[in-house]
Amino acid sequence: MNFPFSVAKRFLTHNKGQSLLIILGIAIGVSVQIFIGLLISGLQDDLINTTVGSAPHITISSIEQNQTFDLTSSMMNSYTSNEELKYVALLADGSGFMLKDDENASILLRGGGQDAFDLYQLPSRLVEGKLPVTLNEIVVGSVLADNLNLTMNESVDIQSVSNSTQTFKVVGIVDLGVASLNERWAFTTLQSAQDFFNYEDALTSIEFQVNDVFLADEIASSLLLTSDLKISNWKESNAQLLSGLNGQSVSSIMIQVFVLVAVILGITSVLAITVLQKSRQIGILKAMGIQDSQASLIFLFQGLLLGVIGSLLGIGLGIGLILAFTTFATNPDGSALIPIQYDLRFISFSALIAIGSALLASLVPARKSSQLSPIEVIRNG
Amino acid sequence: MGNILQLANVSKVYGTKIKTQVLNEFNLEIEEGSFNSIIGQSGSGKSTLLNIIGTLDVPTQGEVIINGISTQKLTKKQLATLRNQTLGFIFQFHYLLPEFTVLENILMPYRMQNKKVTPEVMERALHLIDVVGLSKVKNNLATNLSGGQQQRTAIARALMNQPKIILADEPTGNLDSDTTDQIYDLMRSINQSMNTTFLIITHDQSVAERTDRIIEIKDGKIILDVQKKP
Ligand SMILES: Nc1ncnc2c1ncn2[C@@H]1O[C@H](COP(=O)(O)OP(=O)(O)O)[C@@H](O)[C@H]1O
Ligand SMILES: [Mg+2]
Repeated sequence: MNFPFSVAKRFLTHNKGQSLLIILGIAIGVSVQIFIGLLISGLQDDLINTTVGSAPHITISSIEQNQTFDLTSSMMNSYTSNEELKYVALLADGSGFMLKDDENASILLRGGGQDAFDLYQLPSRLVEGKLPVTLNEIVVGSVLADNLNLTMNESVDIQSVSNSTQTFKVVGIVDLGVASLNERWAFTTLQSAQDFFNYEDALTSIEFQVNDVFLADEIASSLLLTSDLKISNWKESNAQLLSGLNGQSVSSIMIQVFVLVAVILGITSVLAITVLQKSRQIGILKAMGIQDSQASLIFLFQGLLLGVIGSLLGIGLGIGLILAFTTFATNPDGSALIPIQYDLRFISFSALIAIGSALLASLVPARKSSQLSPIEVIRNG
Repeated sequence: MGNILQLANVSKVYGTKIKTQVLNEFNLEIEEGSFNSIIGQSGSGKSTLLNIIGTLDVPTQGEVIINGISTQKLTKKQLATLRNQTLGFIFQFHYLLPEFTVLENILMPYRMQNKKVTPEVMERALHLIDVVGLSKVKNNLATNLSGGQQQRTAIARALMNQPKIILADEPTGNLDSDTTDQIYDLMRSINQSMNTTFLIITHDQSVAERTDRIIEIKDGKIILDVQKKP
């Protein structure tokens, strides 16, 4: 084995108490960093997900209210080839009344394709039945179904504001997660809605979800549009949420930085003491002819060993903390209060930072060791 | 046989404001394979002389030539190599590393060259341990030894890289007279079997009298230099 490495190892194992103390310090620092970092990013993901997880990130509509528009093929081509877009939902919406017996309910009928259903997460939100496939099939919001006592495969009439009436077949019931939507929304195929509302091939809106929600504004401004259309994105209407998230991120980073500084100070001071404790040994090794570079490597290896062991322990401890948190902090249904992702990149980044800090902290003793003159040790006994 | 060591006009002055001249134009030649002692009162400059010879300290003026090489122009790196390969030190205090065993301490001058411990090297270390009579305690930590055993470990360690010169500064200064005799006999037998040159500082008259050459210094100068007839 490399000589400075084996000396470093022996120095550490010989002073077990001291080494354990530093390792514990690093481990606690790393675990706090991992726990806080992952918790806050889990919290933010959760918040973002509730806000825009099943809502459009970008919406295109006509500048004039309630006006339909035609989708040009160049627009469509540019959307389908855009890698940043997750869903491109072409929608034909219209209001009307759903009539049953002598009751009626005001509804918003939304005609769309698979992308629209996916955007609103209909497949996983179906309470009963299936999604509309053929002409004049609909799924209805759960409250609407309750209010009108709708049952599966029942035929129901819808009257548009221009007084045309059409019979639809209820093929599914969805829970959209928001009461006001459950009360008013019904989904059908794009073709059915276009026919019913006499839109021909026109649309009322195009809704998008993007892969990185935080880039929604940039992506929105890069999308191809005709001059009669306007575009909006979720960030415009959620400025407060965004600044809240930002504040959270900043305080999370601050906590992490302070933990890091505390860890570095701790390691530096303990390693500085060890070089004093070991100066006699270093002096002897120098009298025996060890090279200065090798003498300083002893302390760098000590820093490296402490950093690596401390970080590994810290990762274990941090994951343990998160496991405990997700196990004990739960919703009534048993799911985790805040779903946390084990972000491997963040975890290894924290570990690398800690190892780097330990190395950095050992630079001072390493330099001292390199500069130590053997005669001082020999003369003073 | 030629000179393994030569000092030419070596002076050493300590301090800048208040100057203490410890060595004054010191000249000395030591023959290869010889067994020498340096005596003199406390404060006469013996340790200073030995540390300068051992390149642990630098002379204010003059030249130290070891094994034909002037140490003046050597880099720190070259000096470290010289200490590792050509010189062996034994001090009044054993200066063993307390974290390591007897065997590990003895192997240390070899291992710090970052070379692999081959079976031959291990055999040499074990032989040295045998020579100094420590086979039974070779796996003891250096702290779990008697004073005499520690000093013998230090001697074996000094011999590990088969140096040309052993520099010993009062190696028996802390030991009782029986142990002193043993250590002296040990150094003598190594001198004879390995042709290692010894330069031993001692204030023990009986030790000095058993060396081949006695050099006495006072106020940084040689005042007596007697060579025994072989
Ligand atoms: N680092 C130093 N600074 C100043 N004076 C020193 C230093 N080291 C030794 N001396 C002085 O040099 C003289 C010789 O010391 P030393 O070589 O240790 O003598 P010895 O080993 O013969 O007892 C002493 O007077 C001592 O006080
Ligand atoms: Mg002395």
